[in-house]
Amino acid sequence: MSETSPSSAESANSAFEPKIVAFFCNWCTYLAADLAGTSRLRYAPNIRVVRVMCSGRVDPQFVLDAFAQGADGVLIGGCHPGDCHYQEGNYKALRRFHLLRRTLEQLGVEPERFRLEWISAAEADRLRTVVNEMVEQVRARGPFRPKAAPQFQEVTA
Amino acid sequence: MKLKVAFYWCAACGGCEEAVVDLGEKLLDVVAAVEIAFWPVALDFKRKDVEALEDGALAAAFINGAVRTSEQLEMARLLQRKAQTVVAFGSCAHTGGVPGLANLYPRETLLRTVYQALPSVVNPEATHPTPEVRDSGRHLELPQFFDTVYALDQVIEVDYYIPGCPPTPALLADAVTALLAGRLPEKGAVLAPDRALCDECPRRDSKPEKLALAEFKRPHEVLIEPDKCLLAQGLLCLGPATRSGCGWRCIDGNMPCTGCFGPTSRVRDFGAKAISGMASLLGCNEAGTIIRALERIPDPAGTFYRYSLPAAPLRPRPAAPSAAQ
Repeated sequence: MSETSPSSAESANSAFEPKIVAFFCNWCTYLAADLAGTSRLRYAPNIRVVRVMCSGRVDPQFVLDAFAQGADGVLIGGCHPGDCHYQEGNYKALRRFHLLRRTLEQLGVEPERFRLEWISAAEADRLRTVVNEMVEQVRARGPFRPKAAPQFQEVTA
Repeated sequence: MKLKVAFYWCAACGGCEEAVVDLGEKLLDVVAAVEIAFWPVALDFKRKDVEALEDGALAAAFINGAVRTSEQLEMARLLQRKAQTVVAFGSCAHTGGVPGLANLYPRETLLRTVYQALPSVVNPEATHPTPEVRDSGRHLELPQFFDTVYALDQVIEVDYYIPGCPPTPALLADAVTALLAGRLPEKGAVLAPDRALCDECPRRDSKPEKLALAEFKRPHEVLIEPDKCLLAQGLLCLGPATRSGCGWRCIDGNMPCTGCFGPTSRVRDFGAKAISGMASLLGCNEAGTIIRALERIPDPAGTFYRYSLPAAPLRPRPAAPSAAQ
């Protein structure tokens, strides 16, 4: 599959603020975000956090839906390997992530737009780094414009 | 007076027509009970015969195939006007089907590949399909080839769906019987059982409680045991994600399910759910091992969206055609 690069107009568009849907697990990454808040750490305000009980709860349907509804990126945050509150939910997330990422690439979603990170409850700093980094990468890619679903009135010959 | 029905095909392979013929002697019962007013593959009725019918004169139109050309769209709209009930017949009409995988590529790439680039193509004059042709003072109009393949309900309102690639003759016979008896379910229903194929699989007892596969195997690489759960043998069988009603034709043929009956009513995105289910079956926990194991699935979009890409919530953004293609 050939590379889709953002048009120069898009990369020059400094007004573009990426919207990133972030699924954070209740036990680690969500707490890291909480800690970042109470520690007054500043990071890019582009993520919309959805708290899930486990990264393993992130159904690939959620990710595809987020992109279909206009998210520019999706970030999943879970506990480090071996630390999952439910023993192995994060491993399930990891397996799904790799298969889903390859599928998304075929559908025209560049790899920078979909990311999985292990961030423990103590790693507020790492959360900041990951979010800032991803926001910049997605910003460089430009807005994600999903092809709109057709309405039967709109299809004309 | 007998109820009138019509059969029509859009972007399809002809397999769904075969399913009607496969009714065998039961087809005679169908013909005894209903009048087939239009069936291009078998009977010599023309479009003008359908146009001559009063609106709503057909009790049902069974339309198979996806919608890819302006002619298919016109026929779908015409039949919708003439029929009281529109049934999307088969995977392509239901969710887009195999032709729907063309949505992974832009129209220009497809046309250039088929009319120029393929090694076996001889086309020195670079003839290319166009909607209009003028030759020796004559003017010919051809259907337009859309840049997107649509499932039937994306272009007209559909009342019922009969899934399958192709559907079974039994499902068609049941639908016709229900139509005659006037006991069709609520509009929008899929006329097949709402359970996963895995639940009803004849090999179900050999499915282990927990699967932890080291890798996926492809059917040509292994000698497949005839009675053992195909997942337990490492084959990518989409039975856990797929609606039942097919009569286990592939399983009985010792081949894994490829998902042609589509999702059950609880799932919106078949491909996403299949990805979720299949990836979870791996037993490995380390990223490198997982990536290597998943490399055994060379074409994930084509595998998990084989029959449902046009119906998926996230529509592909095909890469712009590059000069190399």
